Amino acid sequence: MDSDLSPQDKKDLDKFIKFFALKTVQVIVQARLGEKICTRSSSSPTGSDWFNLAIKDIPEVTLEAKKALGGQLPGIGRSMCVEISLKTSEGDSMELETWCLEMNEKCDKDIKVSYTVYNRLSVLLKSLLAITRVTPAYKLSRKQGHNYVILYRIYFGEVQLSGLGEGFQTVRVGVVSTPVGTLTLSCAYRTNLAFMSNRQFDRSAPIMGIIVDHFVDPPCSNQRPANMGHPCNYRAPDEEDGSPFAGVQDSQEVCTTSFSTSPPSQLYSSRLYYQPSAELCHPAANPNQALHAGKEGGVALAPVQPHGVDAHLTVEHTPNTPGSSGDDVGLSQSGEGKRDGGRRSDSPSDPVESLNEFTRKVGAFVNKPSSEITAASLDLPFAAFAPRGLESEEDDLMVQPPASPPCPSPLQASLHSQGSEGSGQQDDFVMVDFKPAFSKDDLLPMDLGTFYREFQNPPQLASLSLHISSQSMADDLDSLPEKLALYEKNIDEFDAFVDMLH
Amino acid sequence: MNCRSVVLEVTVEARQVEEAMLSLLHTILLHRSSGKFHYKKEGTYSIGTVGTVDIDCDFIDFTFVRISSEELDRVIRKAVSEFKDALSNSGSDGVGQISLEFYQKKKSRWPFSDECIPWEVWSIKVNVVNLANEQERQICREKVGEKLGDKVINIVEVINRHEYLPKMPTQSEVDNVFDTSLKDVQPYLHKITYQITDSLGTSVSTTMRRLLKDTLAL
Repeated sequence: MDSDLSPQDKKDLDKFIKFFALKTVQVIVQARLGEKICTRSSSSPTGSDWFNLAIKDIPEVTLEAKKALGGQLPGIGRSMCVEISLKTSEGDSMELETWCLEMNEKCDKDIKVSYTVYNRLSVLLKSLLAITRVTPAYKLSRKQGHNYVILYRIYFGEVQLSGLGEGFQTVRVGVVSTPVGTLTLSCAYRTNLAFMSNRQFDRSAPIMGIIVDHFVDPPCSNQRPANMGHPCNYRAPDEEDGSPFAGVQDSQEVCTTSFSTSPPSQLYSSRLYYQPSAELCHPAANPNQALHAGKEGGVALAPVQPHGVDAHLTVEHTPNTPGSSGDDVGLSQSGEGKRDGGRRSDSPSDPVESLNEFTRKVGAFVNKPSSEITAASLDLPFAAFAPRGLESEEDDLMVQPPASPPCPSPLQASLHSQGSEGSGQQDDFVMVDFKPAFSKDDLLPMDLGTFYREFQNPPQLASLSLHISSQSMADDLDSLPEKLALYEKNIDEFDAFVDMLH
Repeated sequence: MNCRSVVLEVTVEARQVEEAMLSLLHTILLHRSSGKFHYKKEGTYSIGTVGTVDIDCDFIDFTFVRISSEELDRVIRKAVSEFKDALSNSGSDGVGQISLEFYQKKKSRWPFSDECIPWEVWSIKVNVVNLANEQERQICREKVGEKLGDKVINIVEVINRHEYLPKMPTQSEVDNVFDTSLKDVQPYLHKITYQITDSLGTSVSTTMRRLLKDTLAL
C-alpha cells in the first residue's frame, strides 16, 4: 500500500491528515463558543491558511488537540473524537455530541494526494462548517452563559458514544478517500435532552463549590479529571490559557433573592406598631394600652413617636371623652365619619366604650341600631329586622358600661404583660385610626378596620344576655296574642302563598 | 455529459421565503466556490483564502454559513428577492421553484457561440403557506429551522459523494469553468433561474433567465 505512494506524497498526505484533524477540532470548538464566526476572504494566498479556508487557530485548542493526538495521526482503529458536553452551574453535566474522525481500510490508490485529496479535504471542512450549525448543540451553545457552559474534550482511540443517551442520531459530514484509507467525519448527537443527574454524583464531588477559578486551569494542568471537558470560552486571540469564563463566574455567584415581605396590612402594621408601644408603656400607668379592640387590628396605641407605621395611618391625640368611665382613650376620628372603637365582647366594662361621641353602626353583627341612626336610613340587609326591643342607648349596658372598675380581660392580658386597666393618662397614648388602603366606602362610613374590629368583637347577642333576653321574652309573650290575631286575619293570604309553593 | 440534478423541497411562510432560499443557495455555493486562482508560470497556480460568515435568520430559528464575499451575497440576494416578489405577486397559493445551475462553457467555433453545459442543477421547490396566528408562526419558525437543517445535511451528502466536477482549468480556460468576476472568491460558473406556478400547476409567468456572468451572445 504505502509502497505505491511516493515518499513525498506520503509525507504530504500525513501532513494533510494532521492539519485536517487540527482544523476539524478548531471548527468544532469555535462553533460551540456561543458566538457567530466571521472570517474574511483573501484573494492573495497567505500560505498559512490550510485548505484555503480562513479558520483561526485558538492556541489552547491546538494544544489540547496535539496533546490528545500524542504525535499520532488518526488512522485505522485510531479515531480522533471531540466530545461536546454541557455543564450547568450546579455541576450537572450532559454529553451533547461526539464528532469522530475515523479511517477505514478502503483505499483509493489512484487518487492524487496533492490535488484531489487536498481539495476534497477542503470541501469536507466546509461541510463541517455547515453541519456544526445544524446539530442541536449549536443552539444550546449560542445560549450558554448564565445557566450552563459548553465544554469540549478531545480524545484519541475508540469512539465512546454511551454518554449520548438512548436514541442518539448520527449525521455523516463526509468522506475522503486517500491512498492509505478512507477518512470519515461524522457526528453522533444526543436527541434526548432530558437531564440526567445521576452520573455526576458518582464521578466527582457532588458540589463543586462556588469557586471563581473553577474553570481557570492552565492548559497542561493535571488537576482536572480526565473526563472533564474544557470550556469553549475563548475570548481573546492572544491569550495562551483559558480566561475566566465570565458567564460561569456570574452563575457561580450566589444568587440570593430576598423577597420582600408582603406589604404590611393594616393589621400587621398595627401589630408592629403596637408591640413597641407595649415595651414602652409604663407598667401600671397606661390602661390605654390595654385598650385594644381585638387581637389584631383595632386601635393600636402607641407612644408619640410611632415607627414602622404606614404612611396612611393617622396618629392623633384625642382628649378624654367625657362621660367615659375610666376610659381615657378615645378613638381618632376620621374625616369621613365617626368610627366605632369596637367592642370587647367579654368585657362590658371595656374602656373603649367612651362612646358618646361615637356612633355605632348597625351592621350584621351588631344587634341594635344606634340612636342616631335609624335602620331605615341605612342600606343594610338586616337592618330592618333588627329587633327594636331595646330602645335607648342610655339604657344599653353595652353602650354605657357600668362604672365598676373594669377587670382585665384575658385578651388584654395576653397583649400586655401588665394587663392593667383603669383610668390612664391621656398623655401616654395616641389614638390611631386605621385607614386601609383602597378601602374607602362611601356608602357605609365604616372602614375595613372598623368592620374588622366589629366582626372580631361583636356585641353580645341580646338573647344571650339574661336581663335583656328575659325582658324581650316577656315582651314577646305579651305581644303574642296580638300577632296571632293578625295572622288569623290574614290566613287566606298565607294559604294562597303556601299553595303557590307547590 | 449527464447533468446531476438535485431537488429540494421546502414549505415556508411568505416572510421566510427569502431567508430559506438564501440559506440553501449559500450553503451550496460555499461548497462550490474556491479562492481566487493566481496563476504562476509553468502552469502552477495558487489559491486564495475563503472566509466564512455565520448568518442568523430573523424569521427562522436557523443559522447558516455563507462565503465571506459581499459581492456574491449581493448577487444572490438580488436573485432571491426577485423570486420572492414574483412568488408573492402570483397569489397566496403560489408554488415556486428556484434553480441554481452550475455550468461550463464550451467554446465553439465561429459563428456558433459558446455553449453552456450544465453539470449540476439544484432545484429548490417552495410551497408558501399562510398561518393564522402567532402560535402557529412560532411553531413554523422552529419547524422550518429543523427542515432547513435537514436540507443542509442533504446538500452536504450530495456534495461529498465527490461526483463529477469540472477539471481544473488552465489559465486560458479558467473563465469557462469559474466565475472570475468577483474580486475575493471564485465560484464555479452558475446561474439562478426561477419559475412560478399557480395553484393550477401551470406556468403563468415566463421563466426568467438570469445570467450572472458574461452573457451568452444570443
